Amino acid sequence: MRFVDEYRDPAAARALVARITELASDGHYKFMEICGGHTHTIYRHGIENLLPTSVELVHGPGCPVCVIPMGRIDDAIAVAQTPGVIFTSFGDMMRVPGSTGSLLGAKAQGADVRIVYSPLDALRVAVDNPDRHVVFFAVGFETTAPSTAATVLKARQDVVMNFSIFSNHVTIVPPIKAILEFPDLRLDGFIGPGHVSTVIGQRPYRFVAEEYGKPFVTAGFEPLDILQAIAMLLTQVSEGRCCVENQYTRCVSEAGNPRALAILDEVFELRPQFEWRGLGLIPRSALKLRPEFVQWDAELRFEVPGVRVADPKACQCGEVLKGAIKPWECKVFGTACTPETPIGTCMVSSEGACAAYYNFGRLHREVAVTMGGPR
Amino acid sequence: MCLGIPGEVVELFDSNRHLAKVDVAGVRRNINIDLLEDENVAPGDWVLIHVGFAMAKIDEREAQRALEGLQLMGQAYTDEVRAVIESQIA
Repeated sequence: MRFVDEYRDPAAARALVARITELASDGHYKFMEICGGHTHTIYRHGIENLLPTSVELVHGPGCPVCVIPMGRIDDAIAVAQTPGVIFTSFGDMMRVPGSTGSLLGAKAQGADVRIVYSPLDALRVAVDNPDRHVVFFAVGFETTAPSTAATVLKARQDVVMNFSIFSNHVTIVPPIKAILEFPDLRLDGFIGPGHVSTVIGQRPYRFVAEEYGKPFVTAGFEPLDILQAIAMLLTQVSEGRCCVENQYTRCVSEAGNPRALAILDEVFELRPQFEWRGLGLIPRSALKLRPEFVQWDAELRFEVPGVRVADPKACQCGEVLKGAIKPWECKVFGTACTPETPIGTCMVSSEGACAAYYNFGRLHREVAVTMGGPR
Repeated sequence: MCLGIPGEVVELFDSNRHLAKVDVAGVRRNINIDLLEDENVAPGDWVLIHVGFAMAKIDEREAQRALEGLQLMGQAYTDEVRAVIESQIA
């Protein structure tokens, strides 16, 4: 554990905060992180309270649970309720509300919904239950999509025909582009996602610097990683540079994981468009199975309603995901919408901005209020 | 789902099926190493595991850092490790 002592170095944190404060002394800077893990770290460790008021963090759409629109949950529930189906899902998705309920509710009403850790566990359920059809609810960015792809290849190799996937995989670059196109959102740079980047590498982000003139720094998940990334962003701004930098070289390489990318490309193709919760339709932002894998595509095998469902009026997840409002500024935050009874997706996942803020941020804010009002 | 959990490779036991035994938080489980085929994963290596697949080779120092960081996450980490332990990849 000797490495950890060195890493959790309070003196290093203090030095970084001092550097950030100095670099940000002449303006107001707004940076967005697009990774649920970062959002969690930022709230858990109260990083916003360490920062000078001139540095503002905006929590972008980096949690795949939070960006799934209600209509897709309704579709998942419809598939799960089909006789003969065993519906498998990551635990994170069970409580996400659709327009009439969640997968957890469907399970309580008799649907055979099972939580799995891996798509390979779902495939095993199919092998063990040859007289049933097993559907895997595939969600996530490029972090989890290669695993789904490898599982589909394995299903084909082992000729497992009672297995299919309901793909809701999304890709990280299109929402970044969509956010950069929002007219009202002035960002000064991005804290880039860590684990997604182990797969896709650094190259796909170059357009952020080259076409939009914004600095981009990929970061790890430690509080010190986040602080260092912010210091690197501010350094770029102060030196009048903008480029893609990598704070997380411990895990992320320039090229990513070429084999994972190759398998992704073999199994998936881009959908023309996909609905993102709160962000609307984003072109070429999600993955569906290629035609040669139709037999494992749950969307073709089952009648899904496929209806776009508007978010509940009271819910402002969209504004939160765009960084237009802070979680606590939502009308239903912490009252009608809590982690126990979520209205919006941001309150469901522990990596969602609202749940993270609800769990870890309120005390910090109450302190801030008593010291002179919310920041 | 999004949390990468570090594990130490203990044994490569089925190269056709790309399976390896790893030690995750003191418990041994099977994972798939197909996505790291080009990296010559060997016993003693540390890997970052996402939903049953090794996604990146990392050094021991990073593995310890990551574990320490994850433990600080509390419930989210406990849930993920429990999920890994309940997994029955074969």
